[in-house]
Amino acid sequence: MAKITLENLAHSYLPNPKTEDDFALKELNHDWVDGEAYALLGASGCGKSTLLNIISGLLHPSQGRILFNDKDVTLSPTTERNIAQVFQFPVVYDTMTVRDNLAFPLRNRGADPTYIKDRVQQIAAMIGMEATLDRKARGLTADAKQKISLGRGMVREDVNALLFDEPLTVIDPHMKWELRTQLKSLHHEFGHTMIYVTHDQTEALTFADKVVVMYDGRVVQMGTPQQLFEQPEHTFVGYFIGSPGMNVLEADVQGNTAVLDGTQISLGKAFGTPTGHVELGVRPEFTSLSTGEDGLPVTIKRVEDVGRHKIVRADFNGSEINILAPEGAEISPEMNRVVFDPAGINIYSDSWRVAPKVA
Amino acid sequence: MNKTVNDKAWFLILPVLLLVAFSAVIPLMTVVNYSVQDTFGNNKFFWVGLEWFQEMLASERMWDALGRQIAFSAIILAIEIPLGIFVALNMPKKGSWASLCLVLMSLPLLIPWNVVGTIWQIFGRVDIGLLGFTLSALGIDYNYTQDFYAAWITVIVMDVWHWTSLVALLAYAGLQSIPDAYYQAAKIDQASRLSVFRFIELPKIMGVLMIAILLRFMDSFMIYTEPFVVTGGGPGNSTTFLSIDLVKMALGQFDLGPAAAFSIMYYLVILLVSYVFYTVMTNLDKRDGH
Repeated sequence: MAKITLENLAHSYLPNPKTEDDFALKELNHDWVDGEAYALLGASGCGKSTLLNIISGLLHPSQGRILFNDKDVTLSPTTERNIAQVFQFPVVYDTMTVRDNLAFPLRNRGADPTYIKDRVQQIAAMIGMEATLDRKARGLTADAKQKISLGRGMVREDVNALLFDEPLTVIDPHMKWELRTQLKSLHHEFGHTMIYVTHDQTEALTFADKVVVMYDGRVVQMGTPQQLFEQPEHTFVGYFIGSPGMNVLEADVQGNTAVLDGTQISLGKAFGTPTGHVELGVRPEFTSLSTGEDGLPVTIKRVEDVGRHKIVRADFNGSEINILAPEGAEISPEMNRVVFDPAGINIYSDSWRVAPKVA
Repeated sequence: MNKTVNDKAWFLILPVLLLVAFSAVIPLMTVVNYSVQDTFGNNKFFWVGLEWFQEMLASERMWDALGRQIAFSAIILAIEIPLGIFVALNMPKKGSWASLCLVLMSLPLLIPWNVVGTIWQIFGRVDIGLLGFTLSALGIDYNYTQDFYAAWITVIVMDVWHWTSLVALLAYAGLQSIPDAYYQAAKIDQASRLSVFRFIELPKIMGVLMIAILLRFMDSFMIYTEPFVVTGGGPGNSTTFLSIDLVKMALGQFDLGPAAAFSIMYYLVILLVSYVFYTVMTNLDKRDGH
C-alpha cells in the first residue's frame, strides 16, 4: 500500500510532441492518498487508460515523475512496482485451471503453498467460483473469465495499489452490482489504494470516495460525488454526470443578475463581470416549471416518466432545457415558465466555473 | 408452412461434381485400374486382383523407402517447428524492420522446387559450390554424391532453408493476434519469460502451429523434386524417398501395376495420417472446454 504522487506528468504517443494537442495526457500534478478508493471517470479516449498504464508501468511517460511513497519509480518496470491491474477484457491463462490462474501471481512471487491454497479458496469464494476451481479456464463464459481476472488482481494482499480499467464492461448488470459491492468491502477490509477507471457515472459514484473526472487528456475535477453534483468545476462535469446532465445556457452575467436571451434572472450571488464565453449551468434537479411571470419563457416539448420522477424536455429559444418534476406533479400546457433555484446555479467562463464573490 | 418440393436444386451441385470428377476421381480411378491388372504389351490388360498389392507389401524396397521417408519427415519437423517458433518470437512486432523480415522470410517460399534443388546442388559441389568448396578447404570431407551422411544433411538443411519460413510466418501471424493485454497482465502477474511462452504464446498459436505441422508433414512426406535434383536418390538408395522410388518404378522401369498399387497405398497412408492428425487436433480443442 502506498501513496502515489504524480509530478508534472504528461504523455504523448507521438515521438516529438509540439503543441498541447499532441498530448494524450496533459500535464498533471496529483496525489493519490494511500488507502483511498478513486474512480477515474471520463468519456472514451480522454486519457484514463493512459494514466492507469503509466501508474502501473506498462507505459513510460513522456515527461514528469511518478513516486510511490516518495520513492521515484518513473523508470521502474511493472514487476518492480508491485501493482495489481485488471483490464477491460478478460485475460485468463487458457490452459490453466481456474485454481492455477488465481494462484499464478502468488506462485510467481514464491509464496508459501499452504498460504496460496487458503488464499485462492478465499478469493474463489469472493468471486463465487468455488465450484469451478478445477475446470480449465478455456471455454468459460466471458463474465466467468472476467471474474477470474478480477480474482487474480485481488489475490495478492501486499500490492501498492489496485488498478481497474473498466473491469465490469463484459459482466451482466446483476453481477456488476455484486462484484462492485465486493470490491468496496474488500477496500474497507484491506485498505488498498484503488483506482477504478470507468465511463459509467453510476459505477464511479457508487464505488469511489473521490471521483476524478477527465476530459480531453486533462483532469477537470476531483471531488466527492456531492461536490461533482453541486459544483461542477467544468461544464463537461456538469453534463457528463447526472441523468440528464446539467443545462448549460449562454448568458450575460453582471454581478448578481444574468440575462439569457433577453430575459433577466436573479442569481442570488454576485459573480462580478466574468469575461470570455460565459455560460450559466443549472442541473435539472434545481429547476421547476411555473405559470407565473418570473423565469424563462419555455415551450414544453415532451414529458418522460421514468418512474421515480418526470423529465420534462422544454425548448427555450432553440436550446433545450431539461426539468425534473416530482412523480406526482401535474404538468399542464399553461406552464410556460421555468425558474431556477439560485442554490443550484453555477456560472462558467470558457467552460470553467467562476467562483461567486463572497459578499 | 408447406415447403415446395423441388429436386431440381440438386442440379446446382453438378458443376462441382464435374470438377471433382475430372480433377480427382477419374485420374484416381485410372490408377486403381492399373493396380488390379497386368499386361504383356500391345495394350492388352488382364485382371490380377490384389496381386500387386501383395507384392508391394512384401517388397523390401518399399519398406526401406517408407522408413527413409518417415525418418526424413520426423527430422525436418523436429527442426523446422521449434526453429520456426523461435524465429517468429524474435521477429520485430511492427515497423519497417518487421516488413523487411517478412519479405526476406517469404523469399525461399517463392522459389520453385527444382530451382531450390539446383541452387543447393551447385552450392554443395566441392569443385565450384561455395559451401562444398569452403567445407573441403576447411578439411572437412563433404561430398553429397558419395557420402550417406553428407547427402542426408544436405537434403535436410535444404528443406529447413526452404520451409522454416512457412512455420515462422504462420507462428508469427498467431503471435500477432495475441492482444497486448495478455502481455500486460503477465507483467502485472510477474510471469517469467518462459511462463509467458508456455501459458500465453504457445496456447494461442497452437491452432496455426497444428496447421503448420500438418502442412509440413504432408509436403515433406510427398517430397520429390528437391532431393531428386540434388542427389537423384543416392548415393545408392540412401535418399530415395517414396516419391522418388515411385517415379523410378513407374517411369524408369515402367512397372505400371506395382507402381499403381504403390501409389494407392502411399495415398492411403497420407490420408490416414492427416485424418488422425486432424481428429486429434479437433479433439484437443473440444477437451479443453470441459
